[in-house]
Amino acid sequence: MAVTTRSKRIKTAYLLLIPGFAWLFFFFFFPLGSLLATSLKRPLGDSPEAGFAYALQFSNYSQAIAEYWPFYVRAFTFAAIATVFCLLLAYPISYYMAFKAKKYKYLMLVLIVAPFFASFLLRTNAWKTILSSEGAVVGFLNFLGVLPQERILSTSFAVILGLIYNFLPFMILPLFISLDKIDKRLLEAAGDLYATGNQRFWKIVWPLSIPGIVSGTILTFIPASGDYINAELLGGISDKMIGNVIQSQFIILRNYPQASALSFTLMAIVLVFLYLYLRKIGTKELL
Amino acid sequence: MKKFGRHLRARFLQGFSVAVITYLMIPLALIIILSFNKPRGRQNTSWNQFSIDAWTNICRDPTICRAFSLSVQIAILVTIVATILGTLISFALVRHKFRGKDSATLGVFIPLSTPDVIVGASLLALFLNIFIPLGFWTILIAQITFTISFVVVVVNARLTGMDQRLEQAAMDLYATPFQTFRYVTFPLALPGIAAAALISLSLSFDDYIITSFNSGRLVTFPLYVWNAAQRGIPPQVNVIASIMFLGSLGLVALAAIIAKRRKLKTLV
Repeated sequence: MAVTTRSKRIKTAYLLLIPGFAWLFFFFFFPLGSLLATSLKRPLGDSPEAGFAYALQFSNYSQAIAEYWPFYVRAFTFAAIATVFCLLLAYPISYYMAFKAKKYKYLMLVLIVAPFFASFLLRTNAWKTILSSEGAVVGFLNFLGVLPQERILSTSFAVILGLIYNFLPFMILPLFISLDKIDKRLLEAAGDLYATGNQRFWKIVWPLSIPGIVSGTILTFIPASGDYINAELLGGISDKMIGNVIQSQFIILRNYPQASALSFTLMAIVLVFLYLYLRKIGTKELL
Repeated sequence: MKKFGRHLRARFLQGFSVAVITYLMIPLALIIILSFNKPRGRQNTSWNQFSIDAWTNICRDPTICRAFSLSVQIAILVTIVATILGTLISFALVRHKFRGKDSATLGVFIPLSTPDVIVGASLLALFLNIFIPLGFWTILIAQITFTISFVVVVVNARLTGMDQRLEQAAMDLYATPFQTFRYVTFPLALPGIAAAALISLSLSFDDYIITSFNSGRLVTFPLYVWNAAQRGIPPQVNVIASIMFLGSLGLVALAAIIAKRRKLKTLV
């Protein structure tokens, strides 16, 4: 009897998974294969209008990387700096929400999520207005004489500021969830055993929040490294990231094999990064 | 002295949190303020003159409202499909033990952590390779694809926190599996599913990158904003964003009041 219910439950599990995974297979994993196939195509003529044929043209990759490697470096540098700052901003506020905010907890959560409903393009564009050289912020900072380039817009600094702004909620939410899950009785017990505030934080809260830090870092770093909106709206010509290159190769130049090779290289780097990260923590704590 | 230190630390945390939320709100304040502006030229970037013209004439440029209604239609369809598919996956992952669970978890997480350009580009590569014309359906497919994983994450958070003993109790009292699901599991999971639906709605409505790859000639609201950004965004766009933002706050407030009336303790 027990065995039949168990096998029945397993069957149910697969039935629940099938629709969603069929979708993900057809429209996520299969397209990745399509991207790989496209990245190896060769051109039929001199211009992209002539079309491309299936081939195994690996030189698409060597060409793409030789020509565009600085854009990868810049993208990952910007994304890494933005991720570090997101973590520094997100940890205290998530901690406050989970342990101290009490009845204001959900109000704060709503205020963090609500900006999502006002177009992120418009919000990024608003930063463009705020940081513009005619604006009060730049005027004041120039009055103090602290801006090396005498402007903020069209600098790497502005791009990173935009990335931090746009991805901060993606760091706060997983961190908050993992901190909020911590059983408050653990802290009381530690207090009863004469642990100091510092000890309670470093021996209990910090280790239990690591899954949140890991998912937050992944959800910030990876999308940020492929982003091109912030570089496009807030950065200058020398601040373009790999996302900008992929977008223009695909949409404007229509050089599909080159663009696919660039995308797939980015995907490969991301997967290596994910693998290294997950080997450390496993998949159990992931979702 | 020690108590004073703790007090100081609590104050610091509070001040820091308020500062972070203020930081998140600054651009919204500007968007709302400029929705009441009568811009001097095409660029609505500096204050000129107070006017409610944009609020009373939202559809002066009909393309704005067309783009808006297209985005709403797509967002609703995306939300329905993605919420169902994601919730089913989540139930399987949290409530069942089966072979290949780790791979299934990874299979949900990889789309979540793939840069948007790649999701958009790979679907475009697929649509081009099998000659599917770009438009409404390709936007729908693309948005559902990246939304499913977010639904799974949110519903998972709710299901993991649920006390399984409630369902065991129902079973002990001779409830059938269907009754247990209908009267115990589903009502308990509902806040998580609702939160997931809300997040799908906002993700779909606000998506630019993935949609821009697969939209063909259709213009959704974010695409309209992007195109307009080059020549100056009309204040009507600010009005729509303000309504979306304030409206979502209003809806949450309403839900909170209703929940309080029913004396439900948890909202999210």
